[in-house]
Amino acid sequence: MKPETRAAIVLLLPAMTLIVVFYLVPVTGAVVLSATDFDIYSIGDASATRLIGVGNYQDLLRNSLFWRALTNTLYYSLIGGPLTILTALGAALLLNSKLARFKPLFRTIYFAPVVTTIVAVAVVFRFLYHSRVGLLNQILGLAGIAPIDWLGDPRWAMPALILFGIWKNFGYAAVIFVAGLQNVPEELYEAARIDGAGPIRQFRHVTLPELGPTFVFVGVITAIGFLQAFAEPYVLTPEGGPLNSTLTIVMLMYREGFRWWNMGYAAAVAFVLFALVLLGTLAQRLLRRVR
Amino acid sequence: MVAFLPQFHRENPDIRVDVQQIPWTAAHEKLLTAHVGDSFPDVTQIGNTWIPELAALRAIEPLNARVAASKVIRERDYFPGIWETNVVREELYGIPWYVDTRVLFYRTDAIKTPPRTWSEWIATLERLKRQSRDPHFYPLFMPTNEWPQPVILAVQRGAELVTFEGEARFEDPRFVDAFSFYLDIYRRGLAQVMSNSQVANLYQQFGAGEFAMFISGPWDIGNLRDRLPPEQQDKWSTAPLPAPDGTPYPGASLSGGSSLVISSRSKKQDACWKLIEFLSRPEIQMRFYEESGDLPAHRAAWASPRLANDQQIAAFRIQLDHTVALPRIPEWENVATSIFESGQLATRGRYNAREGALELDKKVNAMLEKRRWVLAR
Repeated sequence: MKPETRAAIVLLLPAMTLIVVFYLVPVTGAVVLSATDFDIYSIGDASATRLIGVGNYQDLLRNSLFWRALTNTLYYSLIGGPLTILTALGAALLLNSKLARFKPLFRTIYFAPVVTTIVAVAVVFRFLYHSRVGLLNQILGLAGIAPIDWLGDPRWAMPALILFGIWKNFGYAAVIFVAGLQNVPEELYEAARIDGAGPIRQFRHVTLPELGPTFVFVGVITAIGFLQAFAEPYVLTPEGGPLNSTLTIVMLMYREGFRWWNMGYAAAVAFVLFALVLLGTLAQRLLRRVR
Repeated sequence: MVAFLPQFHRENPDIRVDVQQIPWTAAHEKLLTAHVGDSFPDVTQIGNTWIPELAALRAIEPLNARVAASKVIRERDYFPGIWETNVVREELYGIPWYVDTRVLFYRTDAIKTPPRTWSEWIATLERLKRQSRDPHFYPLFMPTNEWPQPVILAVQRGAELVTFEGEARFEDPRFVDAFSFYLDIYRRGLAQVMSNSQVANLYQQFGAGEFAMFISGPWDIGNLRDRLPPEQQDKWSTAPLPAPDGTPYPGASLSGGSSLVISSRSKKQDACWKLIEFLSRPEIQMRFYEESGDLPAHRAAWASPRLANDQQIAAFRIQLDHTVALPRIPEWENVATSIFESGQLATRGRYNAREGALELDKKVNAMLEKRRWVLAR
């Protein structure tokens, strides 16, 4: 063995060991688990576990609750994700504007929801969404709109959750967009202006292309965050909302795994989620390359 | 519990008790992980609905022989329904420590005599609804995401729900009958279709008269006393649950509470039993009520003047003699959740009581497939 090879092995060993012990082993374990019906009976007596192959996945496909959770998660991500990014971009453009005053103050205000405790915030939102005394309905009432039972009506629970999700998450993306905007060279705008471009064309032909890599990063991070939604729906609608209208995939996994102790089944849910996140990320990269 | 330990240590100088408190909401999960990690506490206070699960795990020790030999703990000193919850397949696994059950909480200014039958109950609610002249007034508060209410109605009608062997029994006309009664309350507009997480403040709203009645447990005695202003304290009371027409009053309720259990892997089971016997003495039970407000499991402790003279608690004393133990299978919570979920679908017109019951049969039978297989092995 060449000394360089030996040195490489020695240097790689600590990191590799950590990856194997804390990543590969548990993931392999979870794969095996998802092929069994490991549950409360198995904890008491290991022989009460059956190897059922893809049985859990087949059950999942037949489980209407899973489809409900999948639809909810996609609804939440496909509406909430893009809206979060747009809101963040809007906020970032305002912050980056030369006309803006008190920038640090606004940056703090936008970022505050990201760092506040979600449980405390949920209490406030529950009051805002209250069907009778809630602020939101009172404002709508001024416009002559009849009160909406935000968290109690299966049609409105998800929009209410999305609103909460956007408010909670856009600050993070906004900060990254601000950083991206500051990296756009001033000369490009200058050149565009000399060529006669107005603000809209400057935005379309200078800002957007320059922000490309930032978009990919923010898009991937936001998509992963929204697909894995748990805390937001859990604090706002602990039981999954009216008629399970805010039950997400991760909530389903938690419910199956830690409330009913169907560990094998919950592991299968986890791998479906993994596939979903992987697909989402790949789709975004593909989209980026096509453009 | 810590307050009683000095006396126990004086009486048993060779035993040292180390008490660890864990939050109730995390206890179930922690105990299961403790069992897997081989660190289950010697003596544990657990919710009596967890007993079937821990018994299936063989985490807790049967106590029949110890009770048979005991001079302190005798079955006849306990409420029968509550005792029953500790028994799985003839084996006794826990000694009741405190008890709870559910009764009717009502506004005394709106309801002079609490209803004794289901039809009186509906009549009372209808009257309140009529008198209010407000279509958005719902006299009964009954959230659609709680299983105790539909389950209580079903067991009052004598429905079995699920068998110990893991067969669903929802197609039983007694269940369908109780389930239609439950759904009817919503259909007539006597209770609002809403979940309990939508309520901003139950006690304030009850105090303000936004509803006149709800079904709950002893913890709400303390909550109402703490949260309602003094001038409203004589405006509410409790009553045992109404019974289905033609059956004796009061109707049955749930056998809740917590029990003391011994770990099956404990090396100090004799010492554990001494502690349980000590904690089960009537005078300790009485003191425990005085310090915690949790209702004592031992009948003799109910003679304590603070309990015997309390009008708002009297209903619990009556109700405790009329409780039913629920199906003792580890999957019970999951089954119970399915019941209210099916109720939610039905209240929103997805199907009627009978269709809901058939759906439930299908769902619960699939859920219990593993149980039937394990028992058949």
